[in-house]
Amino acid sequence: MPPAGSSGHVTALDGIRRPGTLPRLLPGSPAAGPVGLAAHLARYGPSSSALGRQRRRELIAEVGRAGLTGRGGAGFPAAGKLAAVAAGRAPAVIANGTEGEPASSKDKVLMARSPHLVLDGAVLAAELVGAREAVLVVHHRVREIMDEAAAERRHAHLDRVKVTIRTAADRFTGGEASAVVHWIEQGVPTPAAKPPRLSERGLGGRPTLVHNVETLAHLALIARYSAAWFRSVGTSAEPGSMLVTVLGAVREPCVLEIAIGTPVGQVLGLAGGPSAPLQALLLGGYSGSWVNAADAAGRPFSSAGLADLGAGTGAGLIAALPADACGIAETARVVRYLAAESAGQCGPCLFGLAAIAAELDRIAEGRITDLGLLRRWLGQVDGRGGCAHPDGAARLVRSALRVFGAELSEHAAGWCRGAGSVLPVPPGRPR
Amino acid sequence: MTGDSGARLRVDPIACDGRGLCAEALPELITLDDWGFPITSGQPVPAWLLADARETARACPKLALRLEHLRSPQPARHPGSQPRSGL
Repeated sequence: MPPAGSSGHVTALDGIRRPGTLPRLLPGSPAAGPVGLAAHLARYGPSSSALGRQRRRELIAEVGRAGLTGRGGAGFPAAGKLAAVAAGRAPAVIANGTEGEPASSKDKVLMARSPHLVLDGAVLAAELVGAREAVLVVHHRVREIMDEAAAERRHAHLDRVKVTIRTAADRFTGGEASAVVHWIEQGVPTPAAKPPRLSERGLGGRPTLVHNVETLAHLALIARYSAAWFRSVGTSAEPGSMLVTVLGAVREPCVLEIAIGTPVGQVLGLAGGPSAPLQALLLGGYSGSWVNAADAAGRPFSSAGLADLGAGTGAGLIAALPADACGIAETARVVRYLAAESAGQCGPCLFGLAAIAAELDRIAEGRITDLGLLRRWLGQVDGRGGCAHPDGAARLVRSALRVFGAELSEHAAGWCRGAGSVLPVPPGRPR
Repeated sequence: MTGDSGARLRVDPIACDGRGLCAEALPELITLDDWGFPITSGQPVPAWLLADARETARACPKLALRLEHLRSPQPARHPGSQPRSGL
């Protein structure tokens, strides 16, 4: 089914706006800077507040009808989490704006441009589950903006729940939900063992809802405008819009809001189009998958549309790799980073990812041509961590082996087409 | 005794230190990866190994190995007896 509203609408990082039915979450105005409270309320109208028990139940059901899924990467249905936590005693609510993925900017852009929509969503989520407080854990680059927005609301006596803002841990694995809880409690962003689920026992032992900030922004709009409105863009199986970060070999790297299901090639077009011939795209994030650029161009950007390419929408990353860059060298560099970002709690992740990264380096340097050991180790890290970090790294490497067959042969023959680096990796930090 | 026990071995990867005692005690069900950390098959523990599996889980110095009950055991159902759950 072709997505409705797939013409898209863009607020680029440079503030350029293009016409269309979107954006919903990002401001329509090209003016830079965060939208203040007055302008926010003028655009969206007042947020629901002081909800009775019956209305809360109805709203959670409405979120279920909307088909809203988590926008942090895992894609779990939002209503299921809300209902599970609402059923518990003295629950806690955390808005997750950690965005530890170095290539992704969509949560930072959302918070920097529409801080009140995120706050609306966090406060509403707290009301829906019966929590007295919403804790927002946000990337350090948007901390000040979120503080100012929260202060604006306090002065206006807008919210009935307490809003607390914390600076997130600046680590790749720090955004994992249980790691966020641990970060708030102990100042250490390490994932916890599951079970128990956070919806059973999280922050301070209480049933805890952790939603990505974009998910909460959608929630705030579903409460205002209904499930039917939400579903008026996107596909029937994956309704709504989503934020995507487009980077790499495109003319205007940016954060866009697209209807889910917009063809991948069209999304690249909204980012100014390719700036060079493309060979591959990294979709989802650093735990995502490489796909051949030509194979993906006509595909809907949706989980269903990308599934048989072995990819998904993940956290909305689309990184374009030009034909003159080396996918193996890129992957080796990212995997080295992912290995260093292991929280270090689980042996298979700590030692396995380091081993895989080193082997990939040897392959990239042409010192090894046999992939047997690499494949063996990929099999030995899958599903063997306390969180999905090792699985994500293994997925990335497997997709590279699928997509970059030609490069593998070149490396085996002793040469590499690699020119420069496309995927951003922060400088190493002491552990 | 035939059939599966309705139980499964599970490693808590955060608690596990890779000491490897479990793989020594129960090589039928636990192997080690290339870094010395236990791999369990995920399959139900056969009934004939249930006592060994229980003992191995108990012996883990980090309490990282657990025997999880999926359902009541298949065989040994006596009239009037309650289906047993737990370990």
